[in-house]
Amino acid sequence: MGVPPFQRFVDEHGSAVHGFLVASVGQHDADDCWQETFIAAMRAYPTLQHEGNLRGWVLTIAHRKAIDAHRARQRRPVPAEIVPEIPVDAPTVLDGEPALWKLVDGLPPKQQAAVKHRFADDMGYGDIARLLGCSEAAARRSVHEGIKKLRETWA
Amino acid sequence: MNGVTPQLLEDLAQRAEAEGLLDVAYATVDSPIGSLLVASTPRGIVRLGFPTEDADDVLDQLATKISPRVLEAPARLDTVRRQLDEYFEGRLHTFTVQLDWTLTGQGFRHQILRHTAEIPYGRTSTYMEMATKAGNRKAYRAAGNALGSNPIPVVVPCHRVLATGGGLGGYGGGVSVKERLLRLEGALD
Repeated sequence: MGVPPFQRFVDEHGSAVHGFLVASVGQHDADDCWQETFIAAMRAYPTLQHEGNLRGWVLTIAHRKAIDAHRARQRRPVPAEIVPEIPVDAPTVLDGEPALWKLVDGLPPKQQAAVKHRFADDMGYGDIARLLGCSEAAARRSVHEGIKKLRETWA
Repeated sequence: MNGVTPQLLEDLAQRAEAEGLLDVAYATVDSPIGSLLVASTPRGIVRLGFPTEDADDVLDQLATKISPRVLEAPARLDTVRRQLDEYFEGRLHTFTVQLDWTLTGQGFRHQILRHTAEIPYGRTSTYMEMATKAGNRKAYRAAGNALGSNPIPVVVPCHRVLATGGGLGGYGGGVSVKERLLRLEGALD
């Protein structure tokens, strides 16, 4: 059995990819990154031999596109007169307590990413491991450590 | 929260087409005989699925036989959608859209369908006549099979081919649909 029709692939994974991108590059750049991700996926799609782990595959592409966006943003000149109303990195769509998400932002980078992927993107540990380039056990540990720290500081 | 808006999907299809990645575009078209699935390649209309067919099966078939780069892209099918509308209103007698014959294979089956495409609006033919035109008068059963597996019904008017004895013969979308199309065209009393 080959890969499913591309539309079905988009329908099944589009939302998860978008959620991941909003959490990693912000609402403002998420749509562009989403399109870049699926165009890149579409280009490579016919070379995939079987259905395998399509979710993990497309999230890996999205992760690379997010890094590209961060780099592009650093290069982008900032007009001095215009003060953005919202900081570009503000996690605008994270549900729940803003104060809690602020604490999440204070975690070490790896724990922060792991916690966001787990709870904002609803990702499994396997996918988180793939994105962070670590083992599944390490991903689980990062989430666990992150949550533990939040418990200690959240009163 | 679902951030994938219809606009985002439309932009994706448009960009995919601009970059030459959109191998198969499809859309659904409402019609008096139900919802039709129409699919097109850059070469032309390649498939029309009846309501009796499972849309997922049709898309799987396109992914396997043509390319997995299949996207819903109604804008790419504007012309054929309009022509189908006009056909079902009785205002259009000849489809002028380009056809992609990839799914008809080679040889006899392809010949039968090519000849079927030339039967004029409001006229009918028979399986035997079609078999004769394709070069094998005795192969009327094979002609019937070829027509039964017509990948682009309505546009390639296999409904205009009847049984030799005067009966309606079979039809992929159901004989009642065949009868309805023939009445629409004024080919049945």
